Amino acid sequence: MDWGSIISNALRSVVGLETVIFAMAAVGLNVQFGYAGLLNFGQAAFVAIGAYGLAIMVFFAGLSLWVGLAVGIGGAVVLALLLGVPTLRLRADYLAIATIAAAEIVRIAFRSSTLREWTGGSNGITGFDGQFYALNPLSNGTYGFGPWRFSERLTWVLLVGWVLLILFCVLVWLLMRSPWGRVLKGIREDEDAVRSLGKNVYAYKMQALIIGGVIGAFAGFIYALGRAAVQPDLYGTELTFFAYTVLLVGGAARVFGPVVGAAIFWLVLSLTDNVLAQAINAGYVSSSIMNPNQVGQVRFMLVGVLLMLLMIYRPQGIFGDKREIALNAR
Amino acid sequence: MPADSSFHTGVPGATVQNGSRKAVAVAALADVPREPGAPKPDPILVADDVTRRFGGLTAVDVKHVEIQRGAITALIGPNGAGKTTFFNLLTGFDRPDTGEWRFNDRSLARVPAHKVARYGMVRTFQLTKALSRLTVIENMRLGAGGQRGERLMNALFRPAWAQQERDNTARAEELLARFKLDTKRDDFAGSLSGGQRKLLEMARALMSEPEMVMLDEPMAGVNPALTQSLLGHVKDLREQGMTVLFVEHDMDMVRDISDWVIVMAQGKIVAEGPPDDVMANPAVIDAYLGGHHDAPLTEAEEQRQLAAAEAELEAEHAAAEGDGAR
Ligand SMILES: Nc1ncnc2c1ncn2[C@@H]1O[C@H](COP(=O)(O)OP(=O)(O)O)[C@@H](O)[C@H]1O
Ligand SMILES: [Mg+2]
Repeated sequence: MDWGSIISNALRSVVGLETVIFAMAAVGLNVQFGYAGLLNFGQAAFVAIGAYGLAIMVFFAGLSLWVGLAVGIGGAVVLALLLGVPTLRLRADYLAIATIAAAEIVRIAFRSSTLREWTGGSNGITGFDGQFYALNPLSNGTYGFGPWRFSERLTWVLLVGWVLLILFCVLVWLLMRSPWGRVLKGIREDEDAVRSLGKNVYAYKMQALIIGGVIGAFAGFIYALGRAAVQPDLYGTELTFFAYTVLLVGGAARVFGPVVGAAIFWLVLSLTDNVLAQAINAGYVSSSIMNPNQVGQVRFMLVGVLLMLLMIYRPQGIFGDKREIALNAR
Repeated sequence: MPADSSFHTGVPGATVQNGSRKAVAVAALADVPREPGAPKPDPILVADDVTRRFGGLTAVDVKHVEIQRGAITALIGPNGAGKTTFFNLLTGFDRPDTGEWRFNDRSLARVPAHKVARYGMVRTFQLTKALSRLTVIENMRLGAGGQRGERLMNALFRPAWAQQERDNTARAEELLARFKLDTKRDDFAGSLSGGQRKLLEMARALMSEPEMVMLDEPMAGVNPALTQSLLGHVKDLREQGMTVLFVEHDMDMVRDISDWVIVMAQGKIVAEGPPDDVMANPAVIDAYLGGHHDAPLTEAEEQRQLAAAEAELEAEHAAAEGDGAR
């Protein structure tokens, strides 16, 4: 087995596109779920709206990249309002149900053949990334060092992605150390108590839902531009659940929890993927047990087992505070 | 009330002439008729025709009630009488089927809970709501009203709220010291005992500088060693010019601290008066026994029924304590 390539692939994935996208989606979830306790199970829809808003405006409407970004952000705000206005006054589970349904509606609408003229149906959209890469100041070649050498295209999108990710982390840090963030954390613990202290709980929940959703839309921009394509089935419920996994691995309600969680998640996926594939090629695993086409599924099983172990032995996540979990159990 | 704001500083020294306000409250209530819905000389809260039905059950059906400003009023009644529901209605946590009520001459019917609190009527809950994963001091800071840093646009710019935060923290620390929670300042609220949580919830409510404090069973589940200090704090609120309305089961405590007692049974107000009058009132004894018994034939029988009623109250209180300890 070629351990060199296994390790270098794993190290690349730590800073790779998926890590950035899922970390960003999870930063949004962190605002909603980690701090405010809102059960948004439709983060995939916010990511999809960002991605499609950009792709549709640029490719089908022929407008500029900036219009596409504005439409993606505006779309996320509208979706948050649509979901929040009817549900945020009700019990927490109503938001969960509404968001999970809305995410499927959004995905199915984007892949429907009726709207193909505007969304590309199940094939999605390509050819909208030109303006973004035209802004790339890097000339042809590879950039970076060690295992982290990337093409000028990938370097550019990773650079933009990581800068945005760090900015969002700083934003979350600033917000959550403020009295505004304190109200949010209070709502997570007991919204009636916060209401009894004169805070408009509904308004705070709405703000958290919008902020988290817009950050999710930014994850969609990076997803679309990094892949140079949007495709409806990339925005299924598993995107949301991966983002939750990332958040819980890193530690909810921790500023850098999502970033560390995403890096670990994709590191482990890359390791299991490469190790399994090479073990089959080298004949260590008989093809009667597993063939190379099954690696994709099996690695998720292994990741699942690893996550279960993590949740058993470190339920607070990497960054979490053990004392808080103990309080929850009371 | 602006005139009283100096009493809300939380400084122990503000409690001058201890007991003076009790005398004022008792004197003001001396000539009030001992009957349900009695008008008070200076009511802070007036409610009319407040009803709340849950399906076929009428949980609250209050024709008229007034709460005297600056006094400690106890709301008593057997379990299920509708006391908590009435609290929920008055504070905007539940919507009535009918009814109007005015706080400081401002109508509060259909006003959302957070606005009720901002107008100066703050409540605590029968089941304590300490915010477990916030520290004690963060719980306290959250209680303060009108915080600039709680607006999203200001939140990002610390200079916009840092000074106010320091002032609130100083006030919170004074209150914590008064409630003997200062050693717990940086602990998670979830790590406190049941009684300490009750204290914290009360102290946190005071951070908003309310005019009227509504306490739903503040003593339930509190370790007897703490009840005396809790009682002291409730009396302090009156000395600082606040109005207190509280629900309590323990008759000794009610007798000890309240200036006026209102009795609820099956959603209705069945009696009002000073503690000693009310506890001798047949309608009250009736309420606690369920009202389906024959009138006592002899004085001895009456004594026996009274004792039985008190035993029932004790048992209820003990049960409530058990609940609170969990
Ligand atoms: N949300 C609710 N749904 C149905 N019934 C309720 C509800 N809340 C209270 N009740 C009923 O209303 C009555 C009054 O309850 P409550 O106000 O809690 O009494 P108390 O606080 O005086 O013990 C009880 O019979 C209770 O079962
Ligand atoms: Mg009750």
